[in-house]
Amino acid sequence: MTTVPVPSLDNTGEDPSNRPQLILNHTDFGSVTTDILRANESAKPPKSWYFALAVSFTMMSMLGVMIGYLFFTGVGVWGNNNPVAWGYPIVNFVFWVGIGHAGTLISAILFLFRQKWRTAINRLAEAMTIFAVICAGTFPGIHIGRVWLAYWLFPIPNQMDMWPQFRSPLLWDVFAVGTYFTVSLLFWYLGMVPDLATMRDRATSKTKQMLYGIFSLGWRGSMRHWHRYERAYLLLAALATPLVLSVHSVVSFDFAVSQLPGWHTTIFPPYFVAGAIFSGFAMVMTLAIPARQLWGLKNFITMRHLDNMCKIILFTGSIVGYAYSMEFFIAWYSGEIYESFTFINRAFGPYGWAYWIMVSCNVVTPQIFWFKKARNNIAIIFTASLLVNVGMWFERFVIVVTSLAYDFLPSSWGMYEPTWVDVLTFFGSFGLFMTFFLLFIRYLPILAIAELKAIMPIADPHGHGHSYNEMSTETSEQAKIAEEDE
Amino acid sequence: MSEVTSVHVERENLYGLAAEFKTTPGIYHAAEKTYAAGFKWFDCQVPFAVHGLDRAMGVKMTILPILVFFGGMAGLTTACFLQIFTNSMEFDIWALLPVVGYQFDVSGKPLLGAAAFVPVAFEMTILFSALTAVFGTMFLNKLPMFYHPTLKHPALSRATDDRFFLIIEARDPKFSRDEVEAFLNSLNPETVIALEK
Repeated sequence: MTTVPVPSLDNTGEDPSNRPQLILNHTDFGSVTTDILRANESAKPPKSWYFALAVSFTMMSMLGVMIGYLFFTGVGVWGNNNPVAWGYPIVNFVFWVGIGHAGTLISAILFLFRQKWRTAINRLAEAMTIFAVICAGTFPGIHIGRVWLAYWLFPIPNQMDMWPQFRSPLLWDVFAVGTYFTVSLLFWYLGMVPDLATMRDRATSKTKQMLYGIFSLGWRGSMRHWHRYERAYLLLAALATPLVLSVHSVVSFDFAVSQLPGWHTTIFPPYFVAGAIFSGFAMVMTLAIPARQLWGLKNFITMRHLDNMCKIILFTGSIVGYAYSMEFFIAWYSGEIYESFTFINRAFGPYGWAYWIMVSCNVVTPQIFWFKKARNNIAIIFTASLLVNVGMWFERFVIVVTSLAYDFLPSSWGMYEPTWVDVLTFFGSFGLFMTFFLLFIRYLPILAIAELKAIMPIADPHGHGHSYNEMSTETSEQAKIAEEDE
Repeated sequence: MSEVTSVHVERENLYGLAAEFKTTPGIYHAAEKTYAAGFKWFDCQVPFAVHGLDRAMGVKMTILPILVFFGGMAGLTTACFLQIFTNSMEFDIWALLPVVGYQFDVSGKPLLGAAAFVPVAFEMTILFSALTAVFGTMFLNKLPMFYHPTLKHPALSRATDDRFFLIIEARDPKFSRDEVEAFLNSLNPETVIALEK
């Protein structure tokens, strides 16, 4: 195979007749494998990786200490109290579950829409989903008060003949998040099996060969296997698509099914789903930008990919903005005094600062992505993605806290203040998330290698990759041969 | 074009012959011809799912979607029974097993609240289908399988990297070493490799 080096191209153009290249500077399969796995196979990762891991691990340990302190002392160490019984833990739960939505959206919905650019970011996003859902699951788990009775959440036969209440949205949540975690994990793992086999076949040490060998299940790339595998992948995508939409809808039912002003609205499910996708994509960008830099993946996670993600952030951010304004409109239009009061209080009451942080981060910030210059500027994208993460956390804070703090009776009003334990637990959850993520990028295939190869122009057995303007000389020969054969 | 490169493999030890290709059109047309030549026990080992190669090999559509459908139905049924029995029923199954639900009386709402049972029923349907899809593929693909003749040969390790292999197994009724070797060579491969069992 003649490898003709193609100059790095600007692939962010908007001309629909000219399909942008998704993999730059690679015209053969072998170099794709080598370049993606270079960081995994290098004897030592970059120093910054060790530094990041040390910081993350410390933060994760802090989470452990905080949870231990909580268990030994009681929920009183948190700021949760009447009337705000759902403080940081539920805010953090909704925040993390929301982040967990981008992974399956990218792997399932974009797969069904045949968005080929998803292949460069799906593995990363799926991993992020799994770790985010682990963080999310931690919070309701430690929030229940009597943690030793956490198994009451599940329908387990017991001597008390006691069963969970299936008409409660909180139980729906157990099923929705549990299913989401399981399906995402299966999706992630299934997608990874062929790449683990690649790593197994390239591994040099016995330990690696054994471990990758076990986890790749003896995958040998048989086309008869691929046939079923592809079918299974398609089925999982089709199953995961309604699942993604259902999970945050069910989370929103936790609020919407109650009668509290500011919670009891029908707009919640779509509004939560859009917000979840919005925050998830922001987190994918926050992780992908340093990862492509450090791991040398700029030819795979190209500016085009970032550009596309910016557009999704712009779109979902605008939906979120629309939802915010619609909430206000309905509060006024309904003529409900409690509803109207809640919303005026949200924006101009004692928690107004949180509300305006939310609006400026979630509604104003993404509007910058109308400009191509902003979409193609790494610094702007990265800053915007961080701001969106902050904004989306505040969105959940505003929803959870303001509605609980100021409900119907002024006599039961009360402010909520988090304690240092709340704050450190929240930061600790980032440690948990980042530790998992750093271990993932070091030891597992960070990009979907097999899927990336399949979208290369030379992968087409009929040589129809003409829409790409750069092709190695051999590819055009292949095309000619293929056409003659037909 | 090329010679069999591997060390001499005894006849009774021969698993099959593998032809190595560099390009996807190469393996695609080779697979078409092998299928047309009437071979049954042959396979392609490729680093990614080459589009249309399964059809060129004459692979029949997998039964996986049917399994997944029944998996999903099993999930739906389980969820419905679980919710109805645990929350609302009080009766004996064939007068043997007394089933007593835990009946939550919430504002006098009906115990059998069909609408309230939808989310869990939906999630369980998805869960069971997804589990069937993944474990069904593994079962049908006979994975995990940690020993396989093709995993043993060093050259075939590139089947997960950048090479495409077509393997005709010795157990094929039409297999005769010399003829298959000549046939594989006629497909214009890089090399032909004899695989040990």
